[in-house]
Amino acid sequence: MADHAHSPSDAGHEGHDAHPHVNYWRVYWLLVGLLCVSVIGPMFGVKVVTIITAFGVAAYKAYLVAKNFMHVNLEKPFVTYLLLTVVVFMLLFFAGTAPDVMKREGTRWTKPEWVRAHEEALAHPPAPVTHGEHAPAAH
Amino acid sequence: MAHAPVAHEAGHGGHHAEPGFWSKYVFSTDHKMIAMQYMFTGMALALVGGFMAYAFRMQNAFPGINVPGFGMVSPNEYNALVTNHGTIMIFWVAMPVLVAAFGNFLIPLMLGCDDMVFPRINRLSYQVFLLSAVVLIASLFVHGGGFAGAWTAYPPLSAKPQYSLTPLGSSLWVVAVALEFVAFLLGGINFVTTAMNSRAPGMKMYDIPMVVWMIVIASILFMASVGPLIAGAVMLFMDQNIGTAFFDPDRGGDPILWQHLFWFFGHPEVYVVLLPATGIVAEIITVFSRKKLFAYKTVLYTVFGTGVLSFTVWAHHQFIAGIDPRMANVFTITTLLISVPIAEMMFVYVATLYGGSITLSTPMLWALSFIATFLIGGVTGIFLGASGADIFLHDTYFVLAHFHYTFFPIAIIGTYAGVTFWYPKMFGRMLNETLGKIHFWGTFLGFNGIFIPLFLTGVAGDHRRIWSYGLFPEQSTQLLVDLRVFATCSMLFMLAFQPIFIFNFFWSLRRGEKAGPNPWRANTLEWQAPSPPPHGNFAELPRVYRGPYEYSHPDRKEDYWPQNAPA
Amino acid sequence: MSAATRPIANTRSAAGVPTGRLAVWWVVASEVVIFGGLLGSYLMHRLAHDQWSVQAANTNTWIGAFNTLVLLSSSLAAVLGHQAALRGDGPKAARQLYLTMLGGATFVVVKAFEWTHEIHEGFTITSNTFWSFYYTAAGLHALHVIGGVIIMAFVAAEAKKNLELHRVELIGIYWHFVDIVWIFLFPLLYIAK
Repeated sequence: MADHAHSPSDAGHEGHDAHPHVNYWRVYWLLVGLLCVSVIGPMFGVKVVTIITAFGVAAYKAYLVAKNFMHVNLEKPFVTYLLLTVVVFMLLFFAGTAPDVMKREGTRWTKPEWVRAHEEALAHPPAPVTHGEHAPAAH
Repeated sequence: MAHAPVAHEAGHGGHHAEPGFWSKYVFSTDHKMIAMQYMFTGMALALVGGFMAYAFRMQNAFPGINVPGFGMVSPNEYNALVTNHGTIMIFWVAMPVLVAAFGNFLIPLMLGCDDMVFPRINRLSYQVFLLSAVVLIASLFVHGGGFAGAWTAYPPLSAKPQYSLTPLGSSLWVVAVALEFVAFLLGGINFVTTAMNSRAPGMKMYDIPMVVWMIVIASILFMASVGPLIAGAVMLFMDQNIGTAFFDPDRGGDPILWQHLFWFFGHPEVYVVLLPATGIVAEIITVFSRKKLFAYKTVLYTVFGTGVLSFTVWAHHQFIAGIDPRMANVFTITTLLISVPIAEMMFVYVATLYGGSITLSTPMLWALSFIATFLIGGVTGIFLGASGADIFLHDTYFVLAHFHYTFFPIAIIGTYAGVTFWYPKMFGRMLNETLGKIHFWGTFLGFNGIFIPLFLTGVAGDHRRIWSYGLFPEQSTQLLVDLRVFATCSMLFMLAFQPIFIFNFFWSLRRGEKAGPNPWRANTLEWQAPSPPPHGNFAELPRVYRGPYEYSHPDRKEDYWPQNAPA
Repeated sequence: MSAATRPIANTRSAAGVPTGRLAVWWVVASEVVIFGGLLGSYLMHRLAHDQWSVQAANTNTWIGAFNTLVLLSSSLAAVLGHQAALRGDGPKAARQLYLTMLGGATFVVVKAFEWTHEIHEGFTITSNTFWSFYYTAAGLHALHVIGGVIIMAFVAAEAKKNLELHRVELIGIYWHFVDIVWIFLFPLLYIAK
């Protein structure tokens, strides 16, 4: 009972030990570096750059954490398939829902409040608001 | 909880003294006891849900009647009755009985192990479930009454107190449903992990009995689909109580988002309850036709495919909600597609029966009636899956009859089939066959008598969730009134037979013929354990040598070949 | 639960993955769908409401980045704890878990200050649907952080005594998942303005 780390139920662990361990510190500094990139990205003011640095970096960071910290690549393949499948389900959910939720108007309907807010924002280009009381009524 | 005490043998090193009442019946971690807890709770709530149906059907057929045992049904009460009937039957009857009770009881036994892998989480899942049931019942008695916004809880009706008229009731309803989801997530992880890891030595993937596969896949479907609705329930609760505007179009929200969040789960949910029922039927028809399951692997891969496909059809519930018509095209195609694998499964079952040596025992009658009635349900679904036809049929009684022809076989017929089949194993006694058959025919004929007329009234334009058709002259023709009255009288007829089952169940606990371990002469491992199985299930954990459906094997004298019998 | 009363079912491993780890992966999978649904809903709204950038400008990117750093560091501690547990060094694994917990606690405290400031500025959960999503998503995440810290306390307590060391990896996997959710929340709420 004392040393539970090597019970039969840890059969899968032998696979872990057999592989050379990644240098976790190196991965960590890489993650921190990527964090800096994603913070600096928006400072260029170019929307595309911001998107790439923000979400591209996020995706890569997630991959690094999954691979090196969670050891997904050392697990049985089924784990990778499971995680990819649920991510695909989320994309599926987005694809099926966005055509309705993401739009202000459809073929035979509008969301009047959304349309009004959008037109108001177009008419009065927004300046960053610093106090909630002065936030425009637009949502 | 009246049932035969579980024999307490010294299974796998049992050096514990005989447990007291509380640790044996209330705080048990034994999967069989937890199964019983789920089963009895589910069946008790079935009485509640059934009573609600009785009340609103009486009002529907005889508008303004003082319903015996309930009183006058006001319009708001009518809505609350239909809402909670649906909610209770799906979440507090079908799921706990089919998934949790049968899953808990059967999975460790059929896999040849001594318990679930996480017995204490198992117990926790029941406790959370019981709490959810208490919260739901409480919601019926608070000021304002029970939630009355339909089991689908579309906002703004469900979110704004000036529409729901019961802010406390609707909040409690949301909390109850959310707790139930948590309970089943906990339970599902137990089922899946146990099935993946704890099989008996020698049991390969294709040696697993179909009902175990079905329950496990159902748990996976549940776990993969409930997430967005949990998010949605949190958002709805906040809209109800904090004043956020997630679903309030006046303030930047979108009620259609709720619909998508709900149905993304809601559709896989019906397969979550369907699969265990079809699994139970598979076990019964093989045993009572002494034939192996036709095309086991095909059924298995079909179920995998159905599971994946079930995530792609959800918006067929929203065809006339104003969704993008191009998406309606997509969802029509996927919905019609999904009917193919399910139909194919039914044909496989028929092929299993073909040429078999059939015994029309009570479980077999239930299993056969499942196939027949579910086929009707499935076929009528095709009309609804076509978005064009759905424009007319949506929210009519046609939809209602369709889903009762699927849900009733699943939740009621499936339950009776499973209970009559496994009762000897659970309690060590046989149920009375004659009473069982009388109960079957009364229920089966009554059920059809309720819902066939409702198909007709639906096509004739009867809208769902209407308190009184007296308000609508075109729906008050004599024919339609007669059909509704016939349906309600069939319901009374059907309800009159249920006490027979209840009597049979409790009477046989003490006076039924004692059952041996394997009264049906079946192959699967649960029949190789004592009836009822002791704590630890098997005196010696079995080893498996073959698949579960080796019936009528030519080389054998006996017409069955248990999985753990050496070659 | 001592090994003497643990079911035999628990010691089998037909899928080739130890039971505890298998269960944690299923937990992670179901959590992906919960957060996926919430974040997907947010994204749809955000893409449709360009004018939310007005509100979003008021999230503090530096605090968000600091919290990201805190969580990344805590993930590092968690995996170093796993490394120690593999070597059988329970006390060291426990120390690393305590560091992880410290990271989690720091995260929650910083968030408390951040939210207090934002609420004082008038950005409450009901002031705008952007803020509704902001508080709900970050709040749900923070609840998972707190839950993780609590469970970690139990695991660390046992690990210190060299008991149940395999659980260090299990809580680590859960923690890394919570970290990954934040890795996506951070750009969604703080950068993509």
